[in-house]
Amino acid sequence: MGNEKPKLKLAVYWGAACGGCCVSVLDVHEKLFDVVANADIVFWPIALDFKYKDVEAMPDQHIDVTLFNGAVRTSENEHMAKLLRQKSKILIAYGSCAHMGGIPGLANFTNKEDLFKRVYDESESTENPDKVRPTPEVQVKEGKLTLPKFYNDVMTLNQVVDVDYYLPGCPPQTERLVEVFMAVVTGAQLPPKGSVIGVFDRVQCDDCKRKKSDKKNITRFKRAWEVTDDGETCLNEQGILCMGPATRGGCGVRCVEGNAPCRGCYGPMEGIPDPGAKMMSAIASMLEGKEQDEIDKAIESVVDPAGTFYRFSLPGSILRRKI
Amino acid sequence: MQSTVNNNENWTPKIVAFFCNWCTYTASDLAGVSRLRYAPSTRVIRVMCSGRIDPEFVMEAFAKGADGILIGGCHPGDCHYAEGNYKCLRRFTLLQKYADQMGIDKERLRLEWISASEGKKLQEVVNDMTEQIRKLGPSKIKNVVETIER
Ligand code: SF4
Ligand code: SF4
Ligand code: SF4
Ligand code: FES
Repeated sequence: MGNEKPKLKLAVYWGAACGGCCVSVLDVHEKLFDVVANADIVFWPIALDFKYKDVEAMPDQHIDVTLFNGAVRTSENEHMAKLLRQKSKILIAYGSCAHMGGIPGLANFTNKEDLFKRVYDESESTENPDKVRPTPEVQVKEGKLTLPKFYNDVMTLNQVVDVDYYLPGCPPQTERLVEVFMAVVTGAQLPPKGSVIGVFDRVQCDDCKRKKSDKKNITRFKRAWEVTDDGETCLNEQGILCMGPATRGGCGVRCVEGNAPCRGCYGPMEGIPDPGAKMMSAIASMLEGKEQDEIDKAIESVVDPAGTFYRFSLPGSILRRKI
Repeated sequence: MQSTVNNNENWTPKIVAFFCNWCTYTASDLAGVSRLRYAPSTRVIRVMCSGRIDPEFVMEAFAKGADGILIGGCHPGDCHYAEGNYKCLRRFTLLQKYADQMGIDKERLRLEWISASEGKKLQEVVNDMTEQIRKLGPSKIKNVVETIER
C-alpha cells in the first residue's frame, strides 16, 4: 500500500440530527478499510472520544473534509458549525437535515413557545406544577449551570455558514458517499463550489422501474392502507402520493424499490429553489378534474400538502417557516 | 395571525398580478382605455397563459414583499391553450391549502377569470381585493422569511 501520500483528515459531526447520518457513514462496511487507508478521522463524536477543545486547538483549515449532518437548532449547533467551518478546507452539508432542514426542520411549522408549552406543560406524561422551563443559565448552590440556547427557528447549515457541497438524503446512500470520498482522495476534479453532489441529473421517476403512462388521470389520492399495490404500476397512478416527480435521483429509488412512496429526501432538481412548488405543479398535471367541486374533492385527498411536500425541506424552502 | 391591524387609509397594498395575455391582461388594457379608475395597487406581470404560473412565482412574490397575489385567466372553456386554466385552477386550489397551512391569510391570494371584454370586472376585482388587504394591513411574510429568530 503506497502510504507516501499524507492521509486525509476527516471529521464527522452532528447538529440537530437523529444519528442516522453518522450510522450511514459506518455503513460503508468493508469499504471502511479503503477509507481508513486513506484518511485519519480526527473528530467524530458518535464513534471516537475527541472533545470540542481538541477541535478548538486545531490550526485553521486543519481538517480536509468535514461531513456536517443535522440541522442547526441550538446555539451549540451553530457554534460547532462555525468552528468546523473555520477548521475545514471542505465543509459538506451531509444529509437532508444539513441540506434543507430535514425532519427536525418540521418544527418550523410551530415555534419555540408552542413546543415548550407542549413538552413542559401539557404533554400527558408531564407533571410540572412550577412550570419550570429549560433556560440557558441557572444558578445552583454549586455554581452556574449552562445549556445551549434553543432557537425559535430551525436552520439549514448554509443559513449559518458557507457550505462547499451538499450531499443529500435521509440518510445519503452510502455508495454516493464512497464515490465522493474517493474523488477527494484521488484528487479528481471537484465540482464547482456550492454543488449538490452524490446525486444524478434526473428525477426519481427516471430510475423507477414501475410502469407509468403519460396521462395519469388521478381523481383522488388515497391513504396507503386503502390500496392494494399491484407491485408494478406507478404509485401515483394507483393514488398513493409519491414525490418521485419532484425529487432528484441518487438513492436508487430505494423507497419505491421497497414498495413505499418516495418522500423526497434527496431534494429538488438543480436550479429549483422550492421542492414543494414543483410537486404542486406535478400534482395539478396529474389530476383530471375541471370543475371546482371535483378539484376540491381531489385536493381534499391531499391531506397535508405542506407537511408532505416539505417533509425534508421546510427551512430551506422559499417561505422557510410558518408565518 | 400574520397581519397587524392597520386602518391607514393612505397605505396602498402591493398586489402582484399575474395576468394571462389573452384575457385579463387585455381587460386591464381595456379598463385603461375606458378610463375606469381603480386602485393603483397592482404590479402586473403578463404571462402567456394562467397555466404558466408556477406556485414558485407566488411564493417568491410573497417572500419579496407582495401584500397580495392576484391571478387572472381566461374563463373555463376559453383558454387559448385549451386546458391551461384548468391546470391553473388545480394548482391554485392546492396552493391555497398550502398557504393556509403556512399561516397566510386567504384574502391575500386570489384567482379570477376575467375575459378581454371585462374591463369593468377587472376594476371591481382590483378594488375589492385592495380593500380587503387594506383591512388586513401589510404582509409580514417578507420580514419572517428574512429574519431568522434565534
Ligand atoms: S438526514 Fe435523516 S438520517 Fe440524517 S440526521 Fe437527518 S433525519 Fe437523521
Ligand atoms: S411517481 Fe414514484 S412510483 Fe411513479 S414513477 Fe415516479 S418514482 Fe416511480
Ligand atoms: S426514494 Fe425518495 S424518500 Fe426514499 S431515499 Fe430516495 S429520495 Fe429519499
Ligand atoms: S390563455 Fe388565458 S388562461 Fe390559458
